[in-house]
Amino acid sequence: MNVSEVERREHYLNVNYGIRSWLLTTDHKRIAWLYLLSVTLFFFIGGFFATLIRLELLTPQGDLVQAETYNKLFTMHGVTMIFFFLIPSIPAVLGNFLVPMMIGARDLAFPRLNLASWYIFILGGAFTVMAAAAGGVDTGWTFYTPYSSIYSNTHVVLTVVGIFVTGFSSILTGLNFIVTIHKMRAPGMTWFRLPLFIWAHYATSIIFVLGTPVIAITLVLVALERIFRLGIFDPALGGDPVLFQHLFWFYSHPAVYIMVLPAMGVVSELIACFSRKRVFGYSVVAFASLGIAVIGFLVWGHHMFVSGQSVHAGMIFSLLSFLVAIPSAIKVFNWTATLYKGSISYDAPMLYALGFIGLFTIGGLTGLFLATLGIDVHVHDTYFVIAHFHYIMVGGSVMGYLGGIHFWWPKMTGRRYPEGWARLAALIIFIGFNLTFFPQFVLGYIGMPRRYHVYPPEFQVLNVMSTAGASILAVGYLLPLTYLIWSLRYGTVAGRNPWGARGLEWETPSPPPTENFERTPTVTEGAYAYEKAPEEISTLGRPAHV
Amino acid sequence: MNLGFPLFPEQASTMAARVDALFYFLVAVTVFFAALIFFMIVVFAVKYRRRSEDERPRPIEGNFWLEILWSAIPLGLTMVMFVWGAIIYFDIYNPPNDALEISIVGRQWMWKAQHAEGQREINELHVPVGQAVKLTMTSEDVIHDVFLPAFRVKQDVLPGRYTTLWFQATKAGEYPLFCSQYCGTQHSGMVGRVVVLEPAEFEKWLSGGATGLSMIDQGASLFKRFGCETCHGAGGTSQGPSLAGLFGKTVKLQGGTTVTADENYIRESILDPRAKIVAGYQPIMPTFKGLVSEEGLLQLIAYIKSLEGAERKAAQK
Repeated sequence: MNVSEVERREHYLNVNYGIRSWLLTTDHKRIAWLYLLSVTLFFFIGGFFATLIRLELLTPQGDLVQAETYNKLFTMHGVTMIFFFLIPSIPAVLGNFLVPMMIGARDLAFPRLNLASWYIFILGGAFTVMAAAAGGVDTGWTFYTPYSSIYSNTHVVLTVVGIFVTGFSSILTGLNFIVTIHKMRAPGMTWFRLPLFIWAHYATSIIFVLGTPVIAITLVLVALERIFRLGIFDPALGGDPVLFQHLFWFYSHPAVYIMVLPAMGVVSELIACFSRKRVFGYSVVAFASLGIAVIGFLVWGHHMFVSGQSVHAGMIFSLLSFLVAIPSAIKVFNWTATLYKGSISYDAPMLYALGFIGLFTIGGLTGLFLATLGIDVHVHDTYFVIAHFHYIMVGGSVMGYLGGIHFWWPKMTGRRYPEGWARLAALIIFIGFNLTFFPQFVLGYIGMPRRYHVYPPEFQVLNVMSTAGASILAVGYLLPLTYLIWSLRYGTVAGRNPWGARGLEWETPSPPPTENFERTPTVTEGAYAYEKAPEEISTLGRPAHV
Repeated sequence: MNLGFPLFPEQASTMAARVDALFYFLVAVTVFFAALIFFMIVVFAVKYRRRSEDERPRPIEGNFWLEILWSAIPLGLTMVMFVWGAIIYFDIYNPPNDALEISIVGRQWMWKAQHAEGQREINELHVPVGQAVKLTMTSEDVIHDVFLPAFRVKQDVLPGRYTTLWFQATKAGEYPLFCSQYCGTQHSGMVGRVVVLEPAEFEKWLSGGATGLSMIDQGASLFKRFGCETCHGAGGTSQGPSLAGLFGKTVKLQGGTTVTADENYIRESILDPRAKIVAGYQPIMPTFKGLVSEEGLLQLIAYIKSLEGAERKAAQK
């Protein structure tokens, strides 16, 4: 296929033009683009806040910004990155694009609802941006009461309204995925032929639907106490501040799995493709996703070991937290075993996938320290925790997201990105990430508390290392932004299946037609049949019985 | 820039070495598994690198026994971590009975400490070496947290109730005290130091600059001032239950339930007397909310704790 052929053939990008055709689209692939642009914007806003935080922490004194500004920076960094980048990133961008394609469907079950989800997301984002523009919020992304509900003088209500609204976008996306996966699979696409990406998104959707309403209610209660002085959380009004923490973490711990499960799904696809192997222990990996989603709802109390909850509750939450670690460990072992006797290539998506495994392993193993009661008491609310969850969320989720974006870029755009630059960026991100966050484990154990604007001078050297790493990381993130945009015009034409990958999405042209497939595919093989030639498993244009 | 930076915190309490031993165990286990995974990834990635474009490796579906093995081994190891960690946790939050008691009140953004003998200090805490110290803590506003890294202990300090923390310092010296629960603008300024003194020096410190009145004495005068004696005193009307020997006892409440008379119960009974009515009494006590400060409450509790029961008195005679 040559360039002119891509231009001429009708596909979802050139079927019509103009702003209306995008803002009123119900095509899941175009909605994926709407999300891609929005979350990218939020990622760089959140990254800007992070840059200022790291610059402030270069020196022990509070010399770059004032304490109040610093507190707003880390709050807005957390709120933006968690609610407006990490949670929607993989599900709403890659999930939106790929869930229908991977199961052989024409679109999601409720295409209009899908577009509504995006508008709701943008509306929520607008509230939060307004809150930031009006002067920001300084409660930390955790909104602990009674600070958030009574004492803070910043724009708490505006911010929580933004998060409340955005939550509905998550709920509707989750609902859409669940129904689509149940009802719209192509003939022959049985549950155990589904790509693990789909299993991961199914598990994530369950958390979206069951968890998000709880955070929504909790934030409404904070707003009610703040506006009407209703005594819910503030003991001076007869409330219980620890109740807030229970409600908050009941959602926000599972939310960690919202962020990492989809990335795990991406990594399963990448490891299989670039080692040309079936994922080792397919069904174990699939059930591990569900296991994480279910047990993940029962471990919230491990955020509260020093909160004053009973010692016995602490013990139960510790035990359950160790149990939820096991499915993650199983996944890491299975991905590693998938490499065994494979045919491994080092394209950029694979570098991200291997980077994911390495960083997620460190993130997961340091999670054991936090689940261990006697150690958590010491490292709780220190930089050890900051390092741990950045290894999971940035080392894990963002690496998975970038790996996925690179992998499916040719499918989404019809163009290939420059491979050399992409590998370089993956390497820079990996190095920059470790330099930023590894010193923070040490900082935490020697006792530096989180959310400190000024700190004792003996913590400075490690903070300088961290800031140096962050500047490398920033370069690493700006590179893909540049060359991916460049590739839209100048990238080489990708063709249907540039990676030699298996999966229905690779059997349709790149970019795909609006209806995804020329005719409904019939599936005769499980996912990852890399041992067979693509012609042998082709599902299009061929009756099922042949 | 301070280039002589530490990579490990000082060990200055009986708990520190125990926590660190468990920490080393976890470091060993996690480094082993991380190294194992990294090593295998590197070996596989090199050994099985793609040599020609038409390679098509034989599929491996999985292996049941391997799955069992790599589920069971992590499970076993994490259970060791769980039990070991839980034992230490239990000890961190169960102070010995003979601990020296100190009250802490946190507020935006300072720490106030009050010793039984009456000494008060701000953002400093003097304690003796070699003796268990129990902190009874509360907050006047938002949630704070006492974090003593050299002692490896930490506890949130909540408004509206008491939480406790104990430690036994093993080395004289000065150690940092951090607020580690985000509490607003000057959160990072809510820091102080723990000064651990040799017992003799601690005694000297206690007697120097004293206010004169112990917490019990101050509590007794509050008890008089608020007219508590009228209903609860030995020579009073007995419209309220006697408080002699109350502390630590099980109290029968209206409706048949019981409660242990600890600091939080006494606090609640002063501020919200109708929350728990003692069986056989009328809910006639007014609230003292807003009338008594957090320090005052702690003094009243210290006084009530000091009231000996009739049987104890009898035994002593």
